[in-house]
Amino acid sequence: MMRFLLLFSRQGRLRLQKWFTAMSEREKKKIIREMTNMVLARPPRTCNFLQWKDLKIVYKRYASLYFCLGVEDEENELLALEIIHRYVELLDKYFGNVCELDIIFNFEKAYFILDEFLMGGEIQETSKQIVNRAIESSDMLQETMEEYMSKPAF
Amino acid sequence: MLFDFSTAFNTIQLGLLRKNLELSGVDYQPVPLDSGLPHWPPALGDAGFVLTFPAWIDSIWVSSQLNAAVCWRGSVKRFTFLNYRHFYRAMSPSVPLQEMIRAIRSARTQCEERGVIQRECAAIRAQFRQTDNGGRSHNLAKLLYVHMLGYPAHFGQMECVRMIGSSRYSEKRVGYLGAMMLLDEKQDASLLITNSIKNDLSHSNQHVQSLALCTLACMGSAEMCRDLAPEINRLLRSSNSYIKKKAALCAVHIVRKVQDLGELFVPSAHSLLSEKNHGVLHGTVVLITELCERSPEALERFRKTVPDLVQIMKGLVISGYSPDHDVAGVSDPFLQVRILRLLRILGRNNEAASDAMNDLLAQVATNTDSTKTVGNAVLYETVLTVLDIKSESGLRVLAVNILGRFLLNNDRNIRYIAMTSLQKIVATDHNAVQRHRGTIVDCLKDQDASVKRRALELSLALVSASNIRSMMKELLIFLSSSPPELRAQAASGIFNAAERYAPSQRWHIDTILHVLTTAGGDVRDETVPNLIQLITNTSELHCYTVHKLYRALLTDISQQPLVQVACWCIGEYGDLLLKGECQETEAVQVTEDDVLDALEIVLQSHMSTPTTRGFALTATMKLSTRITDNVDRIRSIVSIYGSCIDVELQQRAVEYNALFKKYDHMRAAVLERMPVIQKNSLGQTNGEVSEEAIKETQLAKVRQDETPQQPAGQVCDLLDLLGGSQEPLQPSSLLGDPALIQPTTALTSAGGDLLDLLGGLEPTPLTPAPTVTVYEKNGVTLTLSCEQQSDAGLTITLTASNSTDSDISSFTLQAAVPK
Repeated sequence: MMRFLLLFSRQGRLRLQKWFTAMSEREKKKIIREMTNMVLARPPRTCNFLQWKDLKIVYKRYASLYFCLGVEDEENELLALEIIHRYVELLDKYFGNVCELDIIFNFEKAYFILDEFLMGGEIQETSKQIVNRAIESSDMLQETMEEYMSKPAF
Repeated sequence: MLFDFSTAFNTIQLGLLRKNLELSGVDYQPVPLDSGLPHWPPALGDAGFVLTFPAWIDSIWVSSQLNAAVCWRGSVKRFTFLNYRHFYRAMSPSVPLQEMIRAIRSARTQCEERGVIQRECAAIRAQFRQTDNGGRSHNLAKLLYVHMLGYPAHFGQMECVRMIGSSRYSEKRVGYLGAMMLLDEKQDASLLITNSIKNDLSHSNQHVQSLALCTLACMGSAEMCRDLAPEINRLLRSSNSYIKKKAALCAVHIVRKVQDLGELFVPSAHSLLSEKNHGVLHGTVVLITELCERSPEALERFRKTVPDLVQIMKGLVISGYSPDHDVAGVSDPFLQVRILRLLRILGRNNEAASDAMNDLLAQVATNTDSTKTVGNAVLYETVLTVLDIKSESGLRVLAVNILGRFLLNNDRNIRYIAMTSLQKIVATDHNAVQRHRGTIVDCLKDQDASVKRRALELSLALVSASNIRSMMKELLIFLSSSPPELRAQAASGIFNAAERYAPSQRWHIDTILHVLTTAGGDVRDETVPNLIQLITNTSELHCYTVHKLYRALLTDISQQPLVQVACWCIGEYGDLLLKGECQETEAVQVTEDDVLDALEIVLQSHMSTPTTRGFALTATMKLSTRITDNVDRIRSIVSIYGSCIDVELQQRAVEYNALFKKYDHMRAAVLERMPVIQKNSLGQTNGEVSEEAIKETQLAKVRQDETPQQPAGQVCDLLDLLGGSQEPLQPSSLLGDPALIQPTTALTSAGGDLLDLLGGLEPTPLTPAPTVTVYEKNGVTLTLSCEQQSDAGLTITLTASNSTDSDISSFTLQAAVPK
């Protein structure tokens, strides 16, 4: 099972955090700090896997963002890399040539997409098209005419 | 494309729009909305309307009443305009949110950022207190952003609860997101959403159901799980596969939280295996895996499903290209890996199940394309499964060969996981792994620290009697260039290997010396006593050893373990060193002055720790019986340290001085050569295992001195009185000084040092000891105090004090042991 997924920039600013187990705020902050330090300290062209306490850390860098996944010992590390890649592909399809700014300004959308792909620390759906369609239909649901009517003027 | 991006959308000028669209070649044929509104109106060109939108929009739909327009990029709806006075961005939550994000990002200092955030939080709080307004979801979204930056957001918890209960989907969505981010099972507010979740689980709209399921799987507490488990079980049998797959993962979470509820899901899990939908199948396999891991009965029951699982896998592997699930030529690798893992659990320790999957595993291993990471992921999982179940030998060989191929792969990741897997089987399939020893040893030179670590562990596991010499060469090279965090592990690994497979004593000693010179700072503490014990055991090499150590000492005195061993050896075997001739190594003429110089340098160097100094001083002392000319020099050295600040050294020096002055006749006996030390296991003290009063952990480490040379006479007898237990006596009572029990914390040498008997024992009396004054005359007072340390042992401490101004001489203590 996956324990957490973190996205952070090259300067160490957190862009997304998803925790699959219950943890106190202090522990979360501590883990974020340690992950950021460990991953950012890695030289380029090194292996994408790290051992940290009893977890395996799988990380990958896409442009200016680091995707860091903490998985338990029985997980397949190579598959974890594929999971990260699949998530990036989903984001890319949704935002169209996704960049870090998209994730910053539309962070809740990134969470919604993640919640259609992973759940409870496991993969929920293995097909890209089904995930995309699900997001689209829930977005449509958000924008019914009734919703329009009740929106105030800005 | 047409106009520049602007935050102020106000009017639509449709004529202009149409012209520009035509000019730029954008296809402005409408993409129909399913709401049935009419398509692109023919009468464009009405003046007075301007539409401003960003450059990356590529399709637009406008209503005939000109009061609604929707813009797309790709498949994503980006903007919706209600009418020319209103604007509403469909895909971004709110202008206010994006404005806030922009404001925070443009803050130049941390202080400025905090100011912005404080203002925003205040506004959000005020908004929360107001009753229903349309902007609730935007406020909560703002709060969640602030929370992600690390600022406190607990005041949003109740708002989350309220929004989850709202009827609007947009508010529910953000409310559930907030619940997952701000609430966890430790917060009280999480209980309040149980009812909302329960209601939403039976909502008519599947997206609302999915929100509830997702939140339950993310942060459901044990009580919530117990409450809602029957509902989840019902959803597992629904007809909607979208809901079924989510319910399956929700069930997984429930089983993890409350193990007993697993039984509830077993029948549903069984029936779901016949699903065609991959998402549902994946969730089912995860659920079955979880059930089998936690309950042996479930494991037995699900073993019968092995043929079904094999069928499903075969379908995935053999079937042609399926665009829905294909990843780089592998059909649904996620599902394949999951099924393989389940097969591993089912086939473990079970012949029948393992037989049933043999063919399949062979097929997967040979047919999977290994050029991309996905294929390798599946192969990796297959190999792990083959090695874990009771597979036939041919299959095992295949698996190890795959790992061997991985080792030669250019991709570092693949090499890393190959070594991790080989580590798991090195105990069982030793020979198979030995074949790849060369590659593994090469990986020691890799740049990557993770790969190096794995290679080190594996190399140490592969050392055997036949390859010890070549492996050790490689390991020593590795040690000299290894990163600091691996040094200690490498050093202790080398020692273990050397101890087990040393082809000759001399080689063993050479190896240890080599390690001490390269990585002396990183070896563990028990190395020194171990090495000393090894040296005493190889009596034929004493000459060679002491020569080598002397030379090493001359070159470098910064590595403390090496210096300690060298001092000890010089002290013990100094006569061999001075003899000059040696069979094993070239003879060097060493004079007594040279040796004493070397020891003095160690004594005075600022690099030497107190322990090392202790070694050096004792060694100097021992040499007084082994050399002939410079005894006076030794006396002067020893007496200088009688006033040293370090208490340990001072005590030793004072006692050695006494040995010179008053007990010269005993000196030779005291400083005789040490006997061969018996190797004790760690944790045992010498002689008996005495549990009383061994509080210092350092004493619990290897104490190589058995009963060391006991000086003849009174001290010896007193020790016998206490049955050889290492209780603190007061040898300084011999000297007539007021004495206290001295807790010495330094790890004392393994040599025949008087102070070894003291160790670092801190007396902790279990019962308060009565102190009895037994003698008081002429200024000399003797008191005895007793401590009951355990049922079997009693410690008696004699304290002698001198209350006169002059020294007391000829103080003799005699003790008799009753029969």
